Amino acid sequence: MDLATLLPFLVNVIVGGLVLGAVYAIIALGYTMVYGVLQLINFAHSEVFVTGAVVGFEVFRVLRDVALDGYVKLLIALLAAMIVSGALNVVIERLAYRPLRNAPKLVPLITAIGVSLILQDVLRVIEGFQGRFDLTYTLPTAFTTKFCAAASSCAGLGNALRTVGIDLQLKDVILLIVAGLSLAVLNYLVNHTRLGTAIRAVAQDRVTSGLMGIDANRMISATFAIGGALGGISGVLFGMKFGTVNAYSGFDPGIIAFTAAVLGGIGSIPGAVLGGLTLGVIQNLIGVTNVLGSVLGSANLGAIDASYQRIGAFIVLVLILIFKPTGLLGKSNVEKV
Amino acid sequence: MKKTALSLSVLAALALGTAGAQTTIRIASLSPLSGGQSDLGTQIRNGTQLAVNEYKAQFKKLGFDLQLVPYDDQADPATGTAAARKIAADRQILAVVGTLNSGVAIPSSAALQASHVAMVSPANTANQVTDRGLPNMNRIVARDDAQGGAGANFISGTLKAKKVYVLNDKTAYGEGLSAEVEKALKAKSVNVVANEGTEEKSDFSSIIAKIKLQNPDAIYFGGIYNQVGVFIKQLREAGVTTPVIGGDGLDSSELATIAGAGATNIYFTTVAAPIEALPAAKTFAASYQKTFNDTAQGFGAFGYDAAKVVLQGVLNAIRSNGNKLPTRTQVESAIRKGNFTGLLSGAVSFNSVGDRRAATMYVMNITGGKYKLDSSINVKPAKQ
Repeated sequence: MDLATLLPFLVNVIVGGLVLGAVYAIIALGYTMVYGVLQLINFAHSEVFVTGAVVGFEVFRVLRDVALDGYVKLLIALLAAMIVSGALNVVIERLAYRPLRNAPKLVPLITAIGVSLILQDVLRVIEGFQGRFDLTYTLPTAFTTKFCAAASSCAGLGNALRTVGIDLQLKDVILLIVAGLSLAVLNYLVNHTRLGTAIRAVAQDRVTSGLMGIDANRMISATFAIGGALGGISGVLFGMKFGTVNAYSGFDPGIIAFTAAVLGGIGSIPGAVLGGLTLGVIQNLIGVTNVLGSVLGSANLGAIDASYQRIGAFIVLVLILIFKPTGLLGKSNVEKV
Repeated sequence: MKKTALSLSVLAALALGTAGAQTTIRIASLSPLSGGQSDLGTQIRNGTQLAVNEYKAQFKKLGFDLQLVPYDDQADPATGTAAARKIAADRQILAVVGTLNSGVAIPSSAALQASHVAMVSPANTANQVTDRGLPNMNRIVARDDAQGGAGANFISGTLKAKKVYVLNDKTAYGEGLSAEVEKALKAKSVNVVANEGTEEKSDFSSIIAKIKLQNPDAIYFGGIYNQVGVFIKQLREAGVTTPVIGGDGLDSSELATIAGAGATNIYFTTVAAPIEALPAAKTFAASYQKTFNDTAQGFGAFGYDAAKVVLQGVLNAIRSNGNKLPTRTQVESAIRKGNFTGLLSGAVSFNSVGDRRAATMYVMNITGGKYKLDSSINVKPAKQ
């Protein structure tokens, strides 16, 4: 195999990794938001995210034969998933975390795992009653076609991608745009609005911010609502990208997104994004190591196939935690000690 | 003295009790009833239920109340083994129909071995299932060495592929089957570019990138429909139309549902014949539909056949025991040594390790989401 075929292949693998990483990044934001405010790992987030995916599936299913533009359907799916997942996250916080807020840290952690298991089975029962297990997304056909298939219908960036030989489907491009927009809106919300200022104040010092007239409980609810809405968006993106979800689909991406949040520095919003993208790319690169091995004539590299792509991500995490325990962009919060 | 009198009266009461009421004989089914493979596991349970319904009257005449106890193994070896221990502890259970997954059957049958509970599998294909020579483990389907060979024959003979990409799901089933296919393909000097394992359930992008790079003539995937379906969906969306071949793990109508528009140019070898390929299955399919309000599939029919083997075996053991309740050991040897007839897939008898003496493999094709029989092959186990 020569460089001329290998190079576009590698570029495609990296671009694919970035698309995958964008999904992880948006899920990771859900973990990191809640952690930033409460120092709680919301393990139920993976199910909040699957709930979003299920809502998205239902919207696409119900609207399948309705004559609406594909993008309008997607918008409805995203909005519905944001509302349901956001509300669900608020309810979870109210019922499962708030009563335990002053309990030792291990207690809400255990509740979070419990909530996660309960939600899995609730989702399975709800869909199971309708005879469904694996929910297959029926997307508008345009979404699954190649992005910029013909030179005549493309201009600018699309055409540039095509000439370099980057293979994307339209849905991948949509996914990147939605993820980018969500991140921009979140960034604005947290850093440039009164709500964001209040949330950051609660995150820094709940008691003092209370003395300044901020209702901590309301801000924590708002954080969970935002985190849940992000979970809803990522659920729909996940369903679009991979085609199917079921009640138990949340576990794997949940663990990876959590890893991404830790890798980037948990509590840090840009960190979650960086962590997600990094893990996506690393995973895809490890998945193709055996091809590189065969090109370089190395039997050791040749033995590393796709079955190692998950482990690789965790090895990177362990290395980061050893050499930079706060994560890539995390700050050590000395004032807490 | 007093003690003896008491125990005598207890014994008498027990004897009266058994004479008055019917003795219960229970048959267990062990298959995934929840989780990603529940579609196949439920078929096995339902098929077993139909056979039990059919034989209830015969057992009643002999003074036995026949019951089915379904156990859920969630396609998980640990859960299956725990269920097997429960089965072993329930003295009324004389035999088991199950399991779906070879990975579950291997430890479960070992757990049942000590208490001599016979198992008849409607689905396990891994060689190890019977290669261990356990007296209690039998199967009515062909082995992986037969299935792998059939898959390889099809790839090189019918599809005329010169270059094949092999994938497996890293379970005892998928790895075993893929290894057999790889061996058989290499023997025909077909170029096997990879035999790659993946436990991934949703993201196949790096594998698909490699497939595009290698550009094989055919892809073999030793795995189960819920994983392979997602793979095929993503493969076709990425614009790869290469035929995908698999084993009986693909034998579910769910495969086409998951793959959606990509459910085309797919082939799989299966040990569970499609209902339409079984001459006697019309009435079975009708009563399945009526009882469970669902369409019977291959594993439903084989669950039914495996249950019939078990029930005829128990009846034989009862007869040779003078119409009294047989022991588990008697049932175990009656199943291994019996000749069973009236089954949907033809007559069954087992060799010394529990493999069916003559079994049939079927090659199925999926085009445009529709399943149809492509061809069938008769196979014999290596050991007679």
